[in-house]
Amino acid sequence: MTANDSSTLKPSEQLESVAIRFAGDSGDGMQLTGTKFTDETALAGNDLSTFPDFPAEIRAPAGTMAGVSGFQIHFASRDVYTPADRPDVLIAFNPAALRANVEDVRSGGMVIINIDSFSKKALTRAGYEGDPLPDLRERFQLVEIPFTTLNREALQGLDLSAREIDRCKNFFALGLLCWLYGRSMGATERWLGGKFGGDVLEGNVRTLRAGFAFGETTELFPASFVIPSAKIESGTYRNITGNQALAWGLIAAGVQMDREVFLGAYPITPASDVLHEVARFRHFGLKTFQAEDEIAAVSSTIGAAFAGQLAVTVSSGPGFILKQEALGLAVMTELPLVAINVQRAGPSTGSPTKTEQGDLLAALYGRHSQSPLPILAPSTPGDCFHTALEAFRIAVKYMTPVVVLSDGYLANSSEPWLIPDVASLERTQIEFAAPIDVGEFQPYARDPRTLARPWAIPGTPGLEHRIGGLTKQDETGNVSYEADNHARMIELRKEKIERIADALPPIEVDGPDSGELLVLGWGGTKGSITAAIEEVRTQGLTVSQVHLRHLNPFPSNLGDVLRSFKKVLLPELSDGHLGMLLRSKYLIDIQMLNKIEGQPFKIAELTHAIRELYES
Amino acid sequence: MAADAAVKVSRKDFVSDQDVRWCPGCGDYSILANVQRVMPDLGVPRENVVFVSGIGCSSRFPYYMNTYGFHTIHGRAPAFATGIKASRPELSVWVVTGDGDGLSIGGNHLLHTVRRNVNTQILLFNNKIYGLTKGQYSPTSDIGTKTKSTPQGAIDHPVDPIAFALGCGATFVARTIDVDAKHMQQVLTRAHEHKGTAFIEILQNCPVFNDGIWDELQDRKTRAQSSLVLEHGQPLVFGAPGERQGIVFNSGIPSVIELGDDEDPLERGVVVHDEQANAASYAGVLATLQRPDFPIPVGVLRAVEKPTYEDMLQDQVDSAIAERGKGDLEALLHSGDTWQI
Repeated sequence: MTANDSSTLKPSEQLESVAIRFAGDSGDGMQLTGTKFTDETALAGNDLSTFPDFPAEIRAPAGTMAGVSGFQIHFASRDVYTPADRPDVLIAFNPAALRANVEDVRSGGMVIINIDSFSKKALTRAGYEGDPLPDLRERFQLVEIPFTTLNREALQGLDLSAREIDRCKNFFALGLLCWLYGRSMGATERWLGGKFGGDVLEGNVRTLRAGFAFGETTELFPASFVIPSAKIESGTYRNITGNQALAWGLIAAGVQMDREVFLGAYPITPASDVLHEVARFRHFGLKTFQAEDEIAAVSSTIGAAFAGQLAVTVSSGPGFILKQEALGLAVMTELPLVAINVQRAGPSTGSPTKTEQGDLLAALYGRHSQSPLPILAPSTPGDCFHTALEAFRIAVKYMTPVVVLSDGYLANSSEPWLIPDVASLERTQIEFAAPIDVGEFQPYARDPRTLARPWAIPGTPGLEHRIGGLTKQDETGNVSYEADNHARMIELRKEKIERIADALPPIEVDGPDSGELLVLGWGGTKGSITAAIEEVRTQGLTVSQVHLRHLNPFPSNLGDVLRSFKKVLLPELSDGHLGMLLRSKYLIDIQMLNKIEGQPFKIAELTHAIRELYES
Repeated sequence: MAADAAVKVSRKDFVSDQDVRWCPGCGDYSILANVQRVMPDLGVPRENVVFVSGIGCSSRFPYYMNTYGFHTIHGRAPAFATGIKASRPELSVWVVTGDGDGLSIGGNHLLHTVRRNVNTQILLFNNKIYGLTKGQYSPTSDIGTKTKSTPQGAIDHPVDPIAFALGCGATFVARTIDVDAKHMQQVLTRAHEHKGTAFIEILQNCPVFNDGIWDELQDRKTRAQSSLVLEHGQPLVFGAPGERQGIVFNSGIPSVIELGDDEDPLERGVVVHDEQANAASYAGVLATLQRPDFPIPVGVLRAVEKPTYEDMLQDQVDSAIAERGKGDLEALLHSGDTWQI
């Protein structure tokens, strides 16, 4: 058998979609197994969506519920918007992984367990009082496979320690799953070849293939499955996570604007991967700076913006809050930069690896006094790329800090991404203020159209000027405590941000422009909301959808759009930040569906709410 | 970048049009004047000079310099300066801070900027008091200092700016005093010549909230006895003729000996100043010299070479480009596994 030979002697059954969850100890390699299965699935032409769900602890005690790490992938021959509410298949590497996940599996679904790890002691450690298997055999299609034993047998004779051998068993399972769903293993083998050598490489490849062969020969699986390719827009695709897409968007901004990027950041979950990813690409002429803390991260970033770089800082909830005072200075000094907040569940340290949309009001109003700035939110992993680019375009055009609100779900989940044609990406020519020979430079003289002040960078003769946090005199930028001037400057900064709306495209409604029910969303909930709407539409409901990307300012026609519907439903992963804003701004009785569990919406939760409101 | 290198610039080219608003008699005036005086001789075009400050009396400084200037937020000036210098290494970046701004709220940033050896000049004005908030004690105030917030006297053990900088691994550490124009100009010039973080403590009088704190050093009559002027290669000798004294080390412990006017200090074992001493412990001992038992050392305590942060960062960028070629967005987007639909 060769690695790419996915043909099978057994009969195969066609499916439209499957959702699989891999679960094990956080040291079992579940994220890696899931990621590699995802790559093979993407190459097989299915649409897909993934959701890793891992504990904040790096290595929680083995075999305990606290240490369970999961990775879910939903793939289909049709469009996929979410990782699916309930997996059809669970692969549980130990009793704790089983106990933590099995109740999520759809009734009658397949549960594959590593029976080698189901000792009495392990069951107790996982919190089981008796043997759970008899009950599970009734409710699910339980498949008991001795992964540990089979893996050890496959790797006999290699110069690897017992521990090293056991660490390969996830790839036995991966091979089995590749057989079960007709995936190739070529990408995984290429990856292994690039990462390992010697017996470690040999061991992983051997067990991967052994897992595949096991599927072919075992009587546990009478048939394999075929999930035909999805019909999606033609082009070249790749898998991308939200964090990777953000990082690449920042790199792309440097290329499209022909200016160096400076990223100042302090490590924080789940935003650190953006820093890691950007740091890999210094050959784009960009600089990354791991600061001593979040405040230094944003301060160095503002310094770089003052010096004329495409400056960006990235963090998550608690880190973003530490940056607020400095962002107030960036508002006052009207310097262009991008501050990314990959939101996570709070308050305080909260649940660092879990998702939430709870920082919208903080982004808008979390600085003292009147401190307006634009806010954007990407809606899918791939959209993070375009949002990063747009954030920089707005920042330099209007000379303002821009906040991007991603979230933990977008950060780590992946989807097939239609790679954009670089030639089609907008290019922006940055115009710094030109040197002057005579006269006094006016650092706060504004462009009459955008109200942007000039970007006058050090090194430019004649433009020597001082800026700072003290109230600025209009035009000269000198320190001023004059009452009328203070009010004027507050008003000018506010109007500058409001004028951004003039250049935004009007909202497009998916579905009828008016009617009974509009479902509104923002940010990372788009996948769940879209899937729910598709489902209720097939059941005959006429429901429209709008998904907001610009949270400040809102697109100009938002009020009109909202008023065109009898009812508006707004699902948010918070206690209703956007709902509160829209209710106060437009005086519309928006129905809020709030969820704060650290997890994305389940489609069933949304379809239930949509139906209930529709029929009320 | 110089508009015209042949044009002779003078002090007034570095004076901005803003009214200086420190209290009458404030030591900041003389520091400002001396900085403006040395600027024309440093050979840096005015447009390439950036002054960055935090919050406090000293931090108003950039407004009065006709260069680029950034008055930032409390304690964070070193971090802003790091962002500026890391992204634009050709700029001459100066940080102006105080004992409160730099060592209290901004202690963390000072630590990390110094240890990274970012090529900036950090001027820390030490008046041992909070001025702008009207007179609370600072992290350099002596124990027992009575202020509005410490009516029974301060009970914090003070931090010594020089010892702090040395502890951070500073490559250039110096001390000067507001009233000694010539000395300050020499130190400022040396600081600018140094490649790496140049940390300068400037002893500065606050006539309103802590008047007279440096009187012994400011008064010409007592200065010779209360200060030790450091010169590389010269013995640690101080005091007016007839009252000459020297510093000797016994097992690394400093003590003062009397010296006759005709005596050779070297024969008496007086330590010869070596600002390039590899071990920071030598400068560390100098940093412990305090009144009233010892004179306060002024001048350059330490000046050693180490690679700068911005140079190493730029080297990494350059070597990445040399190894992989200039980044290509198209290639990046198509890297790894892709597939056609």
